[in-house]
Amino acid sequence: MFFLTNLWTRLFNLIYIWYVINMSGTHVNYEVKGDVAVVRINDPNSKVNTLSIQMQKELTDVMNEVWSNNAVQSAVLISTKPGCFIAGADINMIEGCKTAEEVTQLSQEGQNIFEKIEKSPKPIVAAINGSCLGAGLEFVIACQYRIATKSKKTVLGTPEVMLGLLPGAGGTQRLPKMVGLPSAFDMMLTGRNIRADKAKKMGLVHQLVDTLGPGLKSPEERTIEYLEEIAIECARGIVNKKIPLSKEKGMMQKLQDYIMSFEMVRNQIYKTVHGKVMKQSKGLYPAPLKIIECVKAGIEQGPIPGYLAESQNFGQLAKTTESHALIGLYHGQVTCKKNRFGAPQKEVKTLAILGAGLMGAGIAQVTVDKGVHTILKDTTVSGLARGEQQVFKGFNDKTKKRNITSFERDSILSNLTGQLDYSGFEKADMVIEAVFEDINIKHKVLKEIEAVIPPHCIFASNTSALPIKEIAAASKRPDKVIGMHYFSPVDKMQLLEIITTEQTSKDTTASAVAVGLKQGKVIIVVGDGPGFYTTRCLAPMLAEAVRVLQEGVDPKKLDALTTGFGFPVGAATLADEVGLDVAAHVAEDLGKAFGSRFGGGNVEVLKTMVDMGFKGRKSGKGCYVYQPGLKVRDVNPDIEEILEKYKMTPNPAVSSDSDVQYRLVSRFVNEAVLCLQEGILSSPVEGDIGAVFGLGFPPCLGGPFRFVDAFGADKLVEKMRRYEEVYGNQFTPCQLLLDHANDSSKKFHK
Amino acid sequence: MVMPWALEMTLARPNVKNIVLVEGVRTPFLLSGTTYSDLMPHDLARAALQGLLHRTAIPKDVVDYIIYGTVIQEVKTSNVAREAALGAGFSDKIPSHTVTMACISSNQAMTSAVGLIAAGQCDAVVAGGVEFMSDVPIRHSRKMRKTMLSLNKAKTLGQRLSLLGSIRLAHLSPELPAVAEFSTSETMGHSADRLAAAFGVSRVEQDEFALRSHSLAKKAQDAGLLQDVISFKVPGRDIVSQDNGIRPSSMEQMAKLKPAFIKPHGTVTAANSSFLTDGASAVLIMSEEKALAMGYKPKAYLRDFVYVSQDPKDQLLLGPTYGTPKVLERAGLTMSDIDVFEFHEAFAGQIMANLKAMDSDWFAQTYMGRKSKVGTPPMDKFNLWGGSLSLGHPFGATGCRLVTTVAHRLQKEGGQYGLVAACAAGGQVSDTHPGGVFWLIVLLKNK
Repeated sequence: MFFLTNLWTRLFNLIYIWYVINMSGTHVNYEVKGDVAVVRINDPNSKVNTLSIQMQKELTDVMNEVWSNNAVQSAVLISTKPGCFIAGADINMIEGCKTAEEVTQLSQEGQNIFEKIEKSPKPIVAAINGSCLGAGLEFVIACQYRIATKSKKTVLGTPEVMLGLLPGAGGTQRLPKMVGLPSAFDMMLTGRNIRADKAKKMGLVHQLVDTLGPGLKSPEERTIEYLEEIAIECARGIVNKKIPLSKEKGMMQKLQDYIMSFEMVRNQIYKTVHGKVMKQSKGLYPAPLKIIECVKAGIEQGPIPGYLAESQNFGQLAKTTESHALIGLYHGQVTCKKNRFGAPQKEVKTLAILGAGLMGAGIAQVTVDKGVHTILKDTTVSGLARGEQQVFKGFNDKTKKRNITSFERDSILSNLTGQLDYSGFEKADMVIEAVFEDINIKHKVLKEIEAVIPPHCIFASNTSALPIKEIAAASKRPDKVIGMHYFSPVDKMQLLEIITTEQTSKDTTASAVAVGLKQGKVIIVVGDGPGFYTTRCLAPMLAEAVRVLQEGVDPKKLDALTTGFGFPVGAATLADEVGLDVAAHVAEDLGKAFGSRFGGGNVEVLKTMVDMGFKGRKSGKGCYVYQPGLKVRDVNPDIEEILEKYKMTPNPAVSSDSDVQYRLVSRFVNEAVLCLQEGILSSPVEGDIGAVFGLGFPPCLGGPFRFVDAFGADKLVEKMRRYEEVYGNQFTPCQLLLDHANDSSKKFHK
Repeated sequence: MVMPWALEMTLARPNVKNIVLVEGVRTPFLLSGTTYSDLMPHDLARAALQGLLHRTAIPKDVVDYIIYGTVIQEVKTSNVAREAALGAGFSDKIPSHTVTMACISSNQAMTSAVGLIAAGQCDAVVAGGVEFMSDVPIRHSRKMRKTMLSLNKAKTLGQRLSLLGSIRLAHLSPELPAVAEFSTSETMGHSADRLAAAFGVSRVEQDEFALRSHSLAKKAQDAGLLQDVISFKVPGRDIVSQDNGIRPSSMEQMAKLKPAFIKPHGTVTAANSSFLTDGASAVLIMSEEKALAMGYKPKAYLRDFVYVSQDPKDQLLLGPTYGTPKVLERAGLTMSDIDVFEFHEAFAGQIMANLKAMDSDWFAQTYMGRKSKVGTPPMDKFNLWGGSLSLGHPFGATGCRLVTTVAHRLQKEGGQYGLVAACAAGGQVSDTHPGGVFWLIVLLKNK
């Protein structure tokens, strides 16, 4: 009798598998292995899996089959796409919604699916390899058990906040229960990625699986297969009660739970977190506050109000300008991570860098770990030693944080050659110079280099303002000369501005972009001209900042006004970071090139400061006094005298806090639009990305062009006209901006 | 049909002397912490050398050079070859040195000997290996060492007191040597478990192979085939004359063990891994000319060897797969020409993974740049007298055991060619030659 039942089950299974395979969709399929259903996901049309409408539909169908199939006792959910489990919800799906209500409905549908998963009578084991983010994470935390591979690509996180959204499919409700309130807030408010080992410690996953090396199949394929085997065993173990689902809580956990049981304690946490968010976001980003609200609703009022708050806030957030701006930046970043110039003829295998200063060493640091032989050349032993130490420190810090092993660090550094002469340059495929910003020095260096490098070698200049055409004037092969403008600190700042002249060949550009992408940069390619794009936008804003200082606003107040507008770094601090000598130099150069439009503050203010040795952070004194080890810094008392000397009388009509903010921002934005008008920029997308990633333009505004679209060109022009009356042509709106002001249907972004 | 002598001719290299293995011995291999526990490494090495002297009756002054291999060095006897040689009564005029190359350290000692003879430097060299796991150098922490070294230099009482005062509790935690790769911090067992998984080697396959090793070793021991083992009167203890790690168990017993490294789903257990062992070995290698002149009947020709190395993370223990085709091609042989195989059994999973890799065209094409697989050794020629899993694995001493065993098996089983393979990894301290493998062809002297 037993035999017969068994046979029936098997027969039934066979028929069933056949049926399922035939009915299974393109994104999800499933196979029954013994009594375990293995649900495999893989979006055939994309590099990553997303919870698109199609994926959701197929998953729902398959899960319904799993639940109704009597032969199945448990299920394993796994992705067969290497390096990606589920990278999140489909952004296009959210953007496709016309109203907040539609988005709320999407969120509710997600909540419903995951509720069914959570209440599944058959245990579901999520087997995670690769990125498990956003809705992907919300999916797995609804499952009964989670196993993750130790692969470097396996990361878990809730990055919704970075798109101005919140985890809208139960994440704000389940995460606090799973990892505790503090960790849940940390995850959801920072959106940071959590590696598998950390996730295990936090209680986010139950079990870890090693990645495998070469075997009878490729490492990726076999690792996924291995993960599946273990997950299946695990699913059976849960059904057989060999693996308990509730873990015995440790002493610390019990203690934490006890403390958290007091409403007073929880309220204190909400208050503290709220305070921190307000301090960091200046209240300019609604998403973090909504996240706190949803978590609070769930914990204090129960699941029904909690889930309701989550779906409604999700809908509202999706329709905010902040979210549009952030999603726009996301798309822009994806665009700027592609090489639109195609593959270069020759891959750069040896890169030589001239000048081991902050920039040069920084460029070496982001190059040397990409398998590129990197030559770092300086003129003095002490300069070289400082530079090499900077590179070493960069990787040693990673070792200390356990991102890489000391062996990997040493192995990476073996690609770096520090030297004082030009030996080995005959093998260089590209030379990037990062020497002092002086056209004569640049010419001298260029000539020396061209005498030693092979004919195919590209010469790139890391200048922040000198026109590339002028540098190329000294070259025998101007088609191989290009600008690669990195931002300091190179290992932290994502942007690379590549500058091409009319003579720069397409292959040279393709090669420079390829190198930049390899270095992990977000890249904009702009036309040549004084200050290119980024420096040119920054200069008028800094000129205005100096004027504001001269008008008696102190640096701290100036910083507060700019950060209050959404800049991550205040204008005075930014000037100190860039270096006041550099700022003075650029202001003078661009002042000569563009005339009175770049006026405003008196360049003499900066020059006097530099003469007195106040060059900014690097010299210990600038607008502020910097003391090593001290985070709190005071305004440099000596600059008051200088500002007194160059004092200007503010006009009360244009000196309210808001007016000061718009004076600073409108000059930046106008110059950006002018760059597009003049063809320096080839698209508004690159303009937005350059401003946000290179200069810290408020991300919540999405960049100067998106700002104009959202704020209204007409309103901006109106403000500028008011300032123009007082200060003159520095505030004259450019033609393109006027065109947009006159025709409200004109938008930079569709 | 190629005649055996013709093959021998092809293996002999023009202008290179024929080099022969005259004799090979070893102390019994004992589980660490047992009868040898109060000795020092050079005591074991000395016992092996004395055993060799006794067996061969070679006049002590005929030996030109002595080389020993070891992995974990006792800091007091860092050139353990020299300490052991002097104690064994060799002339103090015989130079000796110590080499290290993880689990193939004594293979390195032997090939160094071959090199010395081939270069015309020597005619008779003693090579060997020793490992003593009953005692390992456990160090003070770096902080403590630094303080102690500064203390040496301190001149005044005040300086000394202030240094002593700087000692904190953290200074006192010791540094233990780990059986881990320096470059990846991965332990051997962990690596073997991942390797087994990569090749889909099941727990049952591993347990079966381990059981085979123990059963065969027991049979060989009972039949008196392990002639290389010498009796050793341990100072203060009994006379030891047998390996003590051979313990044939049952599949049921072995199945009860929990995974030792990857928990809870790993497959490598204490029962299917080699155990920590104390032991020493020694071989006498000579030019054929000299051996014959002295009236010896050599056991085998030492013909060829190859070292290879790979990525220390994922292919750490795959050396045999890479080395096989290389050494066979060098010698102009194929797998079917080999009569006796002796592979070092670090872990059952590692052996099985290598066998699967050698049997895979895909692996050969994808990772080795070969057109087809090299093929697997037939099991009826493979490790028939047990292996490291059952006999034990004193890291530095295993290589000589493998070579001597091949020679003895060739004599006993009447074959022509023997093949030795061993994988090695970064040793317990800081070996910088990860993923090496050593191959040696031993050709029976068929006169």
